[in-house]
Amino acid sequence: MDAFTTLTGLVAPLDRLNVDTDQIIPKQFLKTIKRTGLREGLFYDWRRRKDGSQDPEFFLNQPRYRQASILLTRDNFGCGSSREHAPWALLDQGFRCILAPSFADIFYNNCFQNGILPVVLKAAEIQALFEGVAAHDGYTLTVDLAAQQVNTPKGMAYHFDIDPFRKDCLYRGLDAIGLTLQHAAQIGEYEQRRRTQAPWLFQDVR
Amino acid sequence: MAAQTLFEKIWNDHVVRAEPDGTTLLYIDRHLVHEVTSPQAFEGLTVAGRTPRRSAAALAVPDHNVPTTDRRVAIADPVSAKQIQTLDDNCKTFGITLFGMNDIRQGVVHVIGPEQGFTLPGMTIVCGDSHTSTHGAFGALAFGIGTSEVEHVLATQCLVQKRPKTMEVRVDGQLSPRCSAKDIILAIIGKIGTAGGTGYVIEYTGSAIRALSMEGRMTLCNMSIEGGARAGMVAPDETTFNYIKGRPMAPKGALWDQAVAAWRNLHTDAGAKYDAVVELRAETIAPQVTWGTSPGMVTGVDGTVPDPRSMSDDKLRQATERAIEYMALKPGMPIRDIKIDKVFIGSCTNSRIEDLRLAASFAKGKKVAGSVHAMVVPGSGLVKQQAEQEGLDRIFKESGFEWREAGCSMCLAMNADVLQPGERCASTSNRNFEGRQGAGGRTHLVSPAMAVAAAIEGHFVDIRQWS
Repeated sequence: MDAFTTLTGLVAPLDRLNVDTDQIIPKQFLKTIKRTGLREGLFYDWRRRKDGSQDPEFFLNQPRYRQASILLTRDNFGCGSSREHAPWALLDQGFRCILAPSFADIFYNNCFQNGILPVVLKAAEIQALFEGVAAHDGYTLTVDLAAQQVNTPKGMAYHFDIDPFRKDCLYRGLDAIGLTLQHAAQIGEYEQRRRTQAPWLFQDVR
Repeated sequence: MAAQTLFEKIWNDHVVRAEPDGTTLLYIDRHLVHEVTSPQAFEGLTVAGRTPRRSAAALAVPDHNVPTTDRRVAIADPVSAKQIQTLDDNCKTFGITLFGMNDIRQGVVHVIGPEQGFTLPGMTIVCGDSHTSTHGAFGALAFGIGTSEVEHVLATQCLVQKRPKTMEVRVDGQLSPRCSAKDIILAIIGKIGTAGGTGYVIEYTGSAIRALSMEGRMTLCNMSIEGGARAGMVAPDETTFNYIKGRPMAPKGALWDQAVAAWRNLHTDAGAKYDAVVELRAETIAPQVTWGTSPGMVTGVDGTVPDPRSMSDDKLRQATERAIEYMALKPGMPIRDIKIDKVFIGSCTNSRIEDLRLAASFAKGKKVAGSVHAMVVPGSGLVKQQAEQEGLDRIFKESGFEWREAGCSMCLAMNADVLQPGERCASTSNRNFEGRQGAGGRTHLVSPAMAVAAAIEGHFVDIRQWS
């Protein structure tokens, strides 16, 4: 996983509530056995008009947002299915950071597993950023993970909260499984204890 | 010891280690694996040179992407076939028990876990699927995870977690006749909203919940995620123990007695506090129908499509307008006037034997409307077999329903069971998102009884008054 320290990038606005992972990446792209190449499926149905042609109005089809690395959106982003294909597709498109007033739990968690920083800001701050993007072509933000700040071109600094453990893993690009395996002995002791207390939990699945 | 909630008891039993900031290494007892969210996890293990810590704690089954037509024929879509073959290969390589596509025990992952006695009270259970919350019906802590975490559990049998908050959803009173667990959970989501449970584990309590069968409780817990909660649970009781006893993977003999004795402690103690409490009266719950593109966009069958002009919140009004447009409805339109083209009875929400018995009892002797295409997809091969032994398949077929093989099918339409653009479906599944059942398709979530009545009448009817 790539580390996330400071990101300065173009912002793309997706002004919708409750964007679910079925929209982020529809089911026909879940048949893959790889993590890569999912950009093609990102917002597949929303990118197209009813006749199948590309909808020039959709934000990702607008040349001004094509190079964006920061996605700006609304409440409850990533709700629904647990498919990690959603953050994979966003990453494949070039997004490393998502700003929203709230996220769905599983999606939020999946972002951290893939080097994407999901940032929760206040609704008023998100609204101000939407207005900034609408008013200025090439609107960029700087997201500073160490300082837990989103810095605007006009010098505003929006603070965000983040779990310290997650912050550290993302900042250093740590292998989460490797970290857990450092506690293998303790896991073994736990298993031994539980096996005595609740042996039915350890019957082999057959 | 201080009074504890059911959730706290299970959580505390599974803490391997906890950091001062609350970051917890949580032990996972059981892991369900399916073809769609696992290939990249197995690949990750291989690349890192890791092996499963306890392959005997996992059970794998292909369900999302399998055809529901004749299984003796090879899968037409080579990409789907490869994904299913990859699961077979990975299970062989890593020593994981697999119920393959032609095994009678194959079925939707959240149907077969309980069916086999794989799912037990007090366990932590995960799966790379958000509807893992289903297993909470047994008083287990069960939640969906992404593929990276599937790999994490395979490699370590643990997950790094922060303790969620707790919410009690209390439903007291008696449900109206012909109303079901599906109506309860849709009404709850309508009340708390699709993000109301974000950050919480829900415990469902109250007399209306106690009165539900295990299958009803599974329907209830299944859709916790649609209210934003990763997990929902019901404390185990005699109904739970009677359901589990004698199932193939359930403990037997002295081990059974020991387990049941422990399970009797799995309840929220008097005086324990939840972080939030929501209350509903069962009598007030009408048969529910979703009208929009989010499960929270729901109302009683006696209601109408809402009018966005009456909404003061801009974002909510825009979302409502967009949903009504996508669904091709009109503000103020009675729900009963909505005509449908398709009916899907199935999914991890409503495809178990009780669902099929109930659906068949309403279908018996009636015909599906000429304008409607209706299908029944049993939750597992064993549910299908049971239904056939009871003659339910004949009732469905005589009424004009298609009778299919087990799988996720049109709930997410990964296989060939797909809505065409513009088609409108009464579905017993769990998600009505745009395009969920096929690009341009329109989904109304309902109970199995409501779905059958809609199939026969060609539009929604109030099942309470339907003859």
